[in-house]
Amino acid sequence: MAVPLAFFGIFFAYPVAAIVARGLRADGRWRIGRIPEVVGDPAVVDILWFTGWQAAVSTALTLLIALPGAYAFARFAFPGKGLLRAVVTVPFVLPTVVVGSAFLALLGRGGLLDELWGVRLDTSVWAILLAHVFFNYAVVVRTVGGLWAQLDPRQEEAARMLGASRLGAWRRVTLPALAPAVAAAALMVFLFTFTSFGVVQILGGPRYATLEVAIYRETAQLLDLPTAAVLTLVQFAAVGGVLALHAWTVRRRESALRLVDPARTARRPQGPAQWALLGSVLSVAALLIVTPLAVLVERSLHGPDGYGFTYYRALQSAADSGGTFFVAPLEAVGNSLRYAAVSTVIALVVGGLAAAALTRRAGRLVRGFDALLMLPLGTSAVTVGFGFLIALDEPPLDLRASWILVPLAQALVGVPFVVRTMLPVLRAVDHRLREAAAVLGASPLRVWREVDLPLVGRALAVAAGFAFAVSLGEFGATVFIARPDHPTLPVAVARFLGRAGELSYGQAMALSTILMLVCAASLVALERIRTDRSGEF
Amino acid sequence: MNSHLRRAIGTALAGSLGLMALAGCGEDSQSSGGADSKTVTLVSHDSFAVSKSVLKEFTDKTGYTVRTQTGGDAGSAVNQAILSKDHPQGDVFFGVDNTLLSRALDHGLFTPYRAKGLDKVPAALQLDADRHRVTPVDYGDICVNYDRKYFADKRLAPPRTFADLTKPAYKNLLVTENAATSSPGLGFLLGTAARYGDDGWKGYWKKLRANGVEVVDGWEQAYFDRFSGGGKGDKPLVVSYASSPPAGVADAKTKPAKAPTGVATGTCFRQVEFAGLLNGASNPKGGKALLDFLLSKRFQADVPLNMYVNPAREDVKLPELFTRYGVEIADPAILSPQKIAKNREPWVKAWSSLVL
Repeated sequence: MAVPLAFFGIFFAYPVAAIVARGLRADGRWRIGRIPEVVGDPAVVDILWFTGWQAAVSTALTLLIALPGAYAFARFAFPGKGLLRAVVTVPFVLPTVVVGSAFLALLGRGGLLDELWGVRLDTSVWAILLAHVFFNYAVVVRTVGGLWAQLDPRQEEAARMLGASRLGAWRRVTLPALAPAVAAAALMVFLFTFTSFGVVQILGGPRYATLEVAIYRETAQLLDLPTAAVLTLVQFAAVGGVLALHAWTVRRRESALRLVDPARTARRPQGPAQWALLGSVLSVAALLIVTPLAVLVERSLHGPDGYGFTYYRALQSAADSGGTFFVAPLEAVGNSLRYAAVSTVIALVVGGLAAAALTRRAGRLVRGFDALLMLPLGTSAVTVGFGFLIALDEPPLDLRASWILVPLAQALVGVPFVVRTMLPVLRAVDHRLREAAAVLGASPLRVWREVDLPLVGRALAVAAGFAFAVSLGEFGATVFIARPDHPTLPVAVARFLGRAGELSYGQAMALSTILMLVCAASLVALERIRTDRSGEF
Repeated sequence: MNSHLRRAIGTALAGSLGLMALAGCGEDSQSSGGADSKTVTLVSHDSFAVSKSVLKEFTDKTGYTVRTQTGGDAGSAVNQAILSKDHPQGDVFFGVDNTLLSRALDHGLFTPYRAKGLDKVPAALQLDADRHRVTPVDYGDICVNYDRKYFADKRLAPPRTFADLTKPAYKNLLVTENAATSSPGLGFLLGTAARYGDDGWKGYWKKLRANGVEVVDGWEQAYFDRFSGGGKGDKPLVVSYASSPPAGVADAKTKPAKAPTGVATGTCFRQVEFAGLLNGASNPKGGKALLDFLLSKRFQADVPLNMYVNPAREDVKLPELFTRYGVEIADPAILSPQKIAKNREPWVKAWSSLVL
């Protein structure tokens, strides 16, 4: 527990506290009076209200649409499943500015829907909600589906044999086992949509603002640190409340589950009802997720003289011109992969140790720590970025110009995924197994290695995939600290988008497509490792 | 059991230990930071760009290697510099413009230094001429751009002035950016304030609003998604830069006779970008050399094609791309940095409640 605590203390709590303190202190005195003043501002109340309700509606909508998907991915075997699971995860890691463009192309004026039916959804709440479902579908499918696939279907069958109805058996057996994962997924979706930044800024137009957008404006644009500090505290309070609620629900429903090999629980759909379910899940995924991605690819290929690889070739020639503004796309891919790999390692070590510590111990303090680990997800990137800047600038921690800042910032966002994905599975491990091993003379480390690790290998792989994916796509904090000679893919995309000309736009789309393919490839590779291994236990 | 996994964990642990040791040294020896007197660090925003060959010439001539440190857009880069002024991130800051200049100067960000070559910079760009805390490096104009094809097809003359934009002929044609979040959006607002006066601009915006101006959040959406000339949208008028037309044809394989977009020359607001020696720089000598270099003919000639702005020096020839497809703005709107500093927030607030 010492490692994760130190990590969070140094790279999260300290920088954030430093920037908040800078805002609330003037002339050596604390200005706590600012808090009610800012919170009472009607404009801030409006922002709070909008932030809360759009997050609630987005979460409900995401669960509604993605839970059948989680079921289908867990229980049905169908060709191309691994690939599809990777594809639905891709949106999660794409820079929002790119996805915003794709959505505008679909929903905006002159977009696909407009041409077909005269429907326009840009700068409406609908566009925001749909984009949120697009982004977070994978969170539910992977978090809930991952556990669902490992639940032994025979338990439900046994209940039915004993006379329970299909629904009754599901409600009594599967639902309670699944509840912590559903709660975890819902919590994550709520957190992401509560702190939504790019989606709201692009698709909502200037009229809508979340708390996160407001913090960004006050900090990065207006340098009104006192207001930003108060808003950051408000966001902390809100996020803390949600986390506390979550911790409570999870504790109430925890139970040791019998986990089995997911390969044995999935089978081909049987009967028209199951085929219909699978069909509708696949069409929803195609409509909602594949279409916007396809629009991106289409735009990257649609050059001035018809379809072709003009923009992809241009990526290469831009790099040859010798300016420091452009780097070869391959170089940005390499940078992104390197940073993401380092950050995944950090996230796995820190998150894995934290999850292990949280399983082992109980008590108020530990539960508080659990919540603390989630806080970075609810903290605005600009707060963390500026915090790094003013806190990590003196020896022995003078990291102002170090490349390690990028993976560190990315790992901060990756750790919560590792903890959240591993914790339900770790907690579900029957502790009698551990006790038996200990009685037989195994050291605690050996118990963990021989008992926990094989059982949670799959969760670990999922966690690694998530951490890797969010690191690849992370933009908010990276843009503040990435060095110009080592841009990541999203940073390079943003640079192209910042320049006029059809070619720059096409290059941005081409680079986004590459980012998309890199993500998909990494995730597919991960799916492979997973199936190889699942045969071993 | 699963050897893959065990190996992975082993690597992870070893890796993380190694990382802690590595923190501080970069992928290459240059990036170690610290007070290396052979390195001079330039802090800027993320659209700073220069040819590698030009930087190399600087190194060959002076012995200093330039390391660049960028952070966010122009606004947040300036704010970062202000926040970190006790422990500056580098020696020279480049990229504070006239809309943010007063904020930077009031926070005492810079040490005065008179860069060589300043006598070749027009007086109009020297906004800190008596104290030399900052050196003008480039300027550009924020102007309404139009889609030539649209106006040719409609046999309609494109608008030329702010006043034109409120005429019925141009109803529902203009898209602009949010003045609160986007620098061209703010520039356009400041341009109208310069033309119509401290209170008159509100009346102008009421008319503009009645004439169907659309506001989006950032330049990317305005230009690529809404504008018909440079992007995939259907609005033939957009608030962008005077250099957008040349930028738009820069990479075209066959150069057209005219850029497909034009500039409404009477709608421009001038932005001047400055560089300055940071207070507390660890290498002030190198910083001064770098400032001289930023005003040298070699660097100035490299500016247009890298950052799509005009060089500050008047004795530097513009590249053909600019002379052929660009326009010289004779009479741009200007506001003093002090006036902008004083009014920026109340104006943006008033603008938001008026237009959004």
